[in-house]
Amino acid sequence: MRSVIVLWGLPNAGSAGDVLEDDPVGRLKVFVYELPSKYNKKILQKDPRCLTHMFAAEIFMHRFLLSSPVRTLNPEEADWFYTPVYTTCDLTPNGLPLPFKSPRMMRSAIQLISSNWPYWNRTEGANHFFVVPHDFGACFHYQEEKAIERGILPLLQRATLVQTFGQRNHVCLNEGSITIPPYAPPQKMQAHLISPDTPRSIFVYFRGLFYDVGNDPEGGYYARGARASVWENFKDNPLFDISTEHPTTYYEDMQRVVFCLCPLGWAPWSPRLVEGVIFGCIPVIIADDIVLPFADAIPWEEIGVFVAEKDVPNLDTILTSIPPEVILRKQRLLANPSMKQAMLFPQPAQPGDAFHQILNGLARKLPHHKSIFLRPGEKFLNWTAGPVGDLKPW
Amino acid sequence: MKLPALQQNCNNRRSNSFRATGPLDSSADGAFKSPAALFWLVLHGLCCLISLVLGFRFSRLIFFLLFSTTTTTTNLYTAAPILRTTADIAETLTFQTPPSSPSPLNLDTQSNQTSLSNSSSHVVVGRHGIRIRPWPHPNPSEVMTAHRIIERVQKEQRLQYGIKNRKTLIVITPTYVRTFQTLHLTGLIHSLMLVPYDLVWIVVEAGGTSNETADLLAKSGLRTIHIGFDNRMPIAWEDRHRMEARMRLHALRIVREQRLDGIVMFADDSNMHSMELFDEIQSVKWIGAVSIGILAHSGNSDESSLLSQKVEDEENLPVPIQGPACNSSGQLVGWHTFNSLPYVGKSATNIGDRATVLPRKLEWAGFVLNSKLIWKEAEDKPEWVQDLDTLAGDGDELESPLAFLKDTSFVEPLGSCGRKVMLWWLRVEARADSKFPLGWIIDPPLEITVPAKRTPWPDAPPELPSNEKTNDIQEHTEQRRAKTRVSRSRHGSRSKRKHESKIADSQLSGRHTEEK
Repeated sequence: MRSVIVLWGLPNAGSAGDVLEDDPVGRLKVFVYELPSKYNKKILQKDPRCLTHMFAAEIFMHRFLLSSPVRTLNPEEADWFYTPVYTTCDLTPNGLPLPFKSPRMMRSAIQLISSNWPYWNRTEGANHFFVVPHDFGACFHYQEEKAIERGILPLLQRATLVQTFGQRNHVCLNEGSITIPPYAPPQKMQAHLISPDTPRSIFVYFRGLFYDVGNDPEGGYYARGARASVWENFKDNPLFDISTEHPTTYYEDMQRVVFCLCPLGWAPWSPRLVEGVIFGCIPVIIADDIVLPFADAIPWEEIGVFVAEKDVPNLDTILTSIPPEVILRKQRLLANPSMKQAMLFPQPAQPGDAFHQILNGLARKLPHHKSIFLRPGEKFLNWTAGPVGDLKPW
Repeated sequence: MKLPALQQNCNNRRSNSFRATGPLDSSADGAFKSPAALFWLVLHGLCCLISLVLGFRFSRLIFFLLFSTTTTTTNLYTAAPILRTTADIAETLTFQTPPSSPSPLNLDTQSNQTSLSNSSSHVVVGRHGIRIRPWPHPNPSEVMTAHRIIERVQKEQRLQYGIKNRKTLIVITPTYVRTFQTLHLTGLIHSLMLVPYDLVWIVVEAGGTSNETADLLAKSGLRTIHIGFDNRMPIAWEDRHRMEARMRLHALRIVREQRLDGIVMFADDSNMHSMELFDEIQSVKWIGAVSIGILAHSGNSDESSLLSQKVEDEENLPVPIQGPACNSSGQLVGWHTFNSLPYVGKSATNIGDRATVLPRKLEWAGFVLNSKLIWKEAEDKPEWVQDLDTLAGDGDELESPLAFLKDTSFVEPLGSCGRKVMLWWLRVEARADSKFPLGWIIDPPLEITVPAKRTPWPDAPPELPSNEKTNDIQEHTEQRRAKTRVSRSRHGSRSKRKHESKIADSQLSGRHTEEK
């Protein structure tokens, strides 16, 4: 099954990992728990903005699994179990998700599945997976220090987490987690595609905050000072088109750019990476130790440019010293339609898209080692661990 | 300004640390207030007050001094020699703060955690310095390299997505030296300089090659073939149209002799070409036709006639189009030509007349030819085309390139079957006897003053001195612009300024003569 999008119809432009084109159907079976709607549908009804913000992957993954051929209604033959709980849908008036109730919600959901079905207790969640797309994944906090302090929810220690956050040697990234791209609306991006022979005339492009004036007015905290450093060093540089404006032509602009900056913010990941891949600009990733989505399937080193945060003052030297052949090669790899498809969550699902990459990742972890099944008397999880506030029922 | 900023800073920091402070948060949660937490709160408030008074962040100094020894295990980011934070609150002392959170109670756990994570990760939570290099300006050679990279990327884009078989363009332009030549030719030169394809420009000049034209062409940097045509350009429009047709044939003979390969297009010097036209004509196989917008303006300055024109315009097309006409299946069925009936008797006869200049039935500019049609011998030259020599001897003229074809149905309509107008036809000229400074360099300086008051200039006889003639031309162009009061006053002021400089000049020269 070829995963080529008709929409782009580009000439054959290099291949970047045929793992992207693997078909998960037939390689795994997923059982979807039926949770009461207070965990999913009712929350969505209360705030439909959850379908369009960058954390919408959890909702769309649920919908995809419900109608996917990998779904099985017989839990005995399932390899993986999915719990549809929308933890990132409690939004402020501004649209930012509040994570304060999420631990309790997750805990309540796990209590439910462990008491109503025997499968959780058999493995204590080792063959279960959860989608936690929030800033720091299952640490359920937007502030990094607090998130580190909380750590991953103790009940999820053995489960596989599908999350957008990825940073090496960080408490909030478990071994074996699957990193996914943040949700970016596919129709909206496709509506802004321009003709590919529009010459790319901007060298470096970035739109976004450099200083988070509300929370960190002096700088140094936000983005570990990297974004502020970009601004201070390059605001007068004619090659760098950087500003805090919100232009209506943001997507069109990105298609006229050679390099798109993707610096970290409060968390290392951002939708800019997805936008860069879709619009063909080479992502310049400024986030130390970041783990990029589907890192085992997509060769990010060959597609993007990685700049250490301490090297930001020399960003212009670094970018201009890349030989043109390397740049052209990266652009060819980016033009590969399967790369673009892998970053998207289209509705309905298409072959090779992010949903399938997640399933591929889950399939690669099979078969489960027999040690995940608990022997009688074995117990790993501590149901009373964590802050006192988390133990309150939801 | 300073103090409120400091206060705000203090408040922000408080809110910042409030968010970050562990014990304070948990105190909100679990309602326990240890004396230690209270102590730190008081200390924090004290530091804020002192900072207010002193003008810099006192608390940072304290932390630095207190904790610099305990946190040396963590990676201290070494800053660039000049390190600034953005909130430059007057003489704020900036310190390289240790990577610690503002909340001190957390510090122990923090340093433990960071030292743990530090063993394998470089990333540390907390406040970091903002690195600024001492010379933030771009290196010029790097800028050049970046531009070269962009060029290479664009070249690759053109190869990948642009037009595949790029053919050379052979542009044929008849011209002659006159007042408006520089204006028209400069516009055409700039358009041709932007064309991304190889170009050969054949300029045929009536009255023989001249230095003025040669200078203009030299500045363009394009590959030009400048040939002279012996007869001078006549004054009547009808004769001029015919002469231009002969000049174009003369150029086609050059194409034939030199066997130039490419696509022949006819670019009159006063026409306006859009860049898309050049892309579109690359797709022609043998002979193609494009739609031209005819800008047949009326040279009449009368308000009433303009109004009547506007009424007419609303009824007809806003701009008449000359070009191929297609049926619904995209085949050429006929031609749109210019409707000259409304202008019968009112059109200009001589160059420079203040009346509408009419185009011919079908202008040459609307056709493009494959140069192989002109060649004597070409392998796949189709049979429905006549040979140039048999068709027109030396000195003959052709009405339009359609005369080349035995069967006009082979013309390819370009620009989505003539629906897209990419070319505009315009004829704007000054009087045939108008004089203009040679090469548009005013030498010697003008001496005679001219009153700025707007007097109607009758068709002045040629004996008037040169600078008054330039005013005449200025008037012509004034009338052709839209009639608004604003523009009139603008012209008035412009001539006033000229008037002042002229008076100054005359005064100077006057004084000069007196001194002598």
